[in-house]
Amino acid sequence: MRKILASAGAAAAFFATAAAYAAQPTPWQTAFQPAATGMMEQITWFEHYTLWFIVPITLFVLFLLAYCIIKFRASVNPVPSRTSHNTLIEVVWTVGPVVLLLFIAVPSFQLLTSQYTPPEEAKITLKATANQWNWDYEYQNDEPLSFNSALLADGDRAAAGKEDRGAYPRLLAVDNEIVVPISTTVRVLVTASDVIHAFAMPAFGVKTDAVPGRINEIWFKAEKEGLYYGQCSELCGKDHAYMPIAIRVVSDAQYTTWLAAAKTDLNGANKALMAEIDSTSKVAVAGN
Amino acid sequence: MAGAAAHDDHDHRPKGWIRWVYSTNHKDIGTLYLIFAIMAGIVGGFLSVMMRWELAEPGIQVFHGLASMVYGVEGDAAIDAGKSMYNAFTTAHGLVMIFFMVMPALIGGFANWMVPIMIGAPDMAFPRMNNISFWLLPPAFILLILSAFMPSAPGAHGVGGGWTIYPPLSTSGQPGPAMDLAILSLHIAGASSILGAINFITTIFNMRAPGMTLHKMPLFAWSVLITAFLLLLSLPVLAGGITMLLTDRNFGTTFFAPEGGGDPILFQHLFWFFGHPEVYILILPGFGIVSHIVSTFSKKPVFGYLGMAYAMVAIGAVGFIVWAHHMYTTGLSLDTQRYFVFATMVIAVPTGVKIFSWIATMWGGSISMKTPMIWAIGFIFLFTVGGVTGVQLANAGLDRSMHDTYYVVAHFHYVLSLGAVFAIFAAWYYWFPKMTGYMYSPFIANSHFWITFVGVNLVFFPQHFLGLAGMPRRYIDYPDAFAGWNMVSSYGSYISAFGVLVFLYGVFEAFSKKRVAGANPWGEGATTLEWQLPSPPPFHQWEQLPRIK
Repeated sequence: MRKILASAGAAAAFFATAAAYAAQPTPWQTAFQPAATGMMEQITWFEHYTLWFIVPITLFVLFLLAYCIIKFRASVNPVPSRTSHNTLIEVVWTVGPVVLLLFIAVPSFQLLTSQYTPPEEAKITLKATANQWNWDYEYQNDEPLSFNSALLADGDRAAAGKEDRGAYPRLLAVDNEIVVPISTTVRVLVTASDVIHAFAMPAFGVKTDAVPGRINEIWFKAEKEGLYYGQCSELCGKDHAYMPIAIRVVSDAQYTTWLAAAKTDLNGANKALMAEIDSTSKVAVAGN
Repeated sequence: MAGAAAHDDHDHRPKGWIRWVYSTNHKDIGTLYLIFAIMAGIVGGFLSVMMRWELAEPGIQVFHGLASMVYGVEGDAAIDAGKSMYNAFTTAHGLVMIFFMVMPALIGGFANWMVPIMIGAPDMAFPRMNNISFWLLPPAFILLILSAFMPSAPGAHGVGGGWTIYPPLSTSGQPGPAMDLAILSLHIAGASSILGAINFITTIFNMRAPGMTLHKMPLFAWSVLITAFLLLLSLPVLAGGITMLLTDRNFGTTFFAPEGGGDPILFQHLFWFFGHPEVYILILPGFGIVSHIVSTFSKKPVFGYLGMAYAMVAIGAVGFIVWAHHMYTTGLSLDTQRYFVFATMVIAVPTGVKIFSWIATMWGGSISMKTPMIWAIGFIFLFTVGGVTGVQLANAGLDRSMHDTYYVVAHFHYVLSLGAVFAIFAAWYYWFPKMTGYMYSPFIANSHFWITFVGVNLVFFPQHFLGLAGMPRRYIDYPDAFAGWNMVSSYGSYISAFGVLVFLYGVFEAFSKKRVAGANPWGEGATTLEWQLPSPPPFHQWEQLPRIK
């Protein structure tokens, strides 16, 4: 009982902050995480679109099976028909699925193509190098900024000011988040130093393997401020479940301030950024 | 007087262990395969229940204790060993279920038993090769079990690379001997399957009874013929890939090591060139079995026989050119992805033909819902559910969000764990009276079905939700938000495990009650040749070849 109460409490706490931190999994969730990029909106649309095909097909098969079981049961229909051919119906159930697949294929190819067609030249290039079991990030500016990002240890929560487990959940929170400005196309170059990992950010609709000796390029353009979480998505050994990815999407001004400060004092810059986000969100709540 | 000696052999059945170990009789070897598959299935099932037990709640509850029991480590070392052990369990679960449960059951077991009988042949073409095909499997299985107790990565035991054993995690990532043993195990199991495939192809092409043209051959024989070709063409590619893995590990080659000019992705292409046909190898014999069962219990011939046969040929052929749909996130070029999306979608068409033809076989029939039929209808529905999520996953643009999440786990368990395994149980209840001469208890058998049906759906349906929410595969621990559906999934696995106990009890009950089944317990619908023989069939059948009109 205590457990249920605790989880209900956690859920309530979560929904209270949901406006600001809408991009992590929620209890009993049954669909994609809310989209934070146009790309993820397209993916979500396409997923719902496919459901309009596959759910009716499945129900249709279920209905036909049930119909046969009831209508043609031996006690009702003792003499079976001997029909074993019907050219017309065989053509129909071959051509019909082909047509349905075409209806799926057209938007599918559009979606796939748009994933490889960034709307503009990327303004920020970020290199993500996966290690067993953490990430190295490098902002490839004139003056590169690089830092390591690893799972936030429980012991470090207080020092990092990340004691709020709703905003900084277990297994998702990291010590140093990626910070990017809103509505900006960001290119991520993904590679690995040891074994294969994968860089994934569900709310952004991006995922690509981090392969040693190769560089995979992805891009995203986040349209909502907030703190977003992803996890390593290719089996990489013992701590595969313990190397999350966190991206903080902030305003242009916040990003510029953070970037300038992070070059000399990453921790200080992160704390200042968190403090500023907290104060603006409080103002927003008060304004409501 | 060789002829006379051979004649004496007809009634001379070897006694004791010699009958089994030296066996060249397709029915005895088939029985050995089935017993082996049941035992391996129990091992693989045990592994999965342990994983579900661990995943029932967030945090690590089970595996650190398990690791300290098995490997004698304590404290933080036990936690680390437990994490690695979980990976070893996922790997072993996959390998055991594929290579040592489904394949031995369907191909070694039921196909060995029934294909010669169904095509009117006295035995397999190469009976001694049949013997070695089986007896290669236990050593392969023992090697895989042994690998669990060998060092792999520092502080870890057992192969923890997933059944896909991608390098560099399977090369530099796990330097210990565990991986070498597993690779050797796959080599031997692969050799066993290749020999079996050669045997089936030769038997089916050359030993059909007079009058049985390929276009009159039962669909189960068709499915096994196609499966045998898939094995013959795909397993050598796996053997090549894992041999390169072996030399990369031990002899300083760098086929898959970028620092030596190699490419880790090359292994994935080789692996999936085998791996995708492999999933059709697992399901095609089930297609054949379900066709017979649906026809038998509808008292109607299979609807669209030729379409059914050539749909399987099409699935087998197209199955060889879709492999990279497992690799959409590896950095394939846009055009490559476009091609594999297109090719993969094509497979839905022959698969749809099969589903609709089964329903059309039932249409207008006189359907009796005996246990095999219940399992077969369960197969058709669950395979449809797994099939339509496969159509979703075929789309690279959508797979971007689903790849390596539990959505994929749910999909392939619906087609394999629910599809192939339901086909195996359908075949078991269909042919059990024929193979043993005894009738199972319908009550126990039907209970087995319903418990399993509820259990596996509880296991795997919620995994769709977990996958959409973003939970990655092969995680020993997950963010607390995923706890709810994981708990449901774990309870489902306990129910399924109880179903296995009911199955075993049903087998025991049937052998102890000895209800005589008779030559053809299924009536006029059962038209294939095995039902013309007594149950169990004589040690050697078709001394007079049957003539097919």
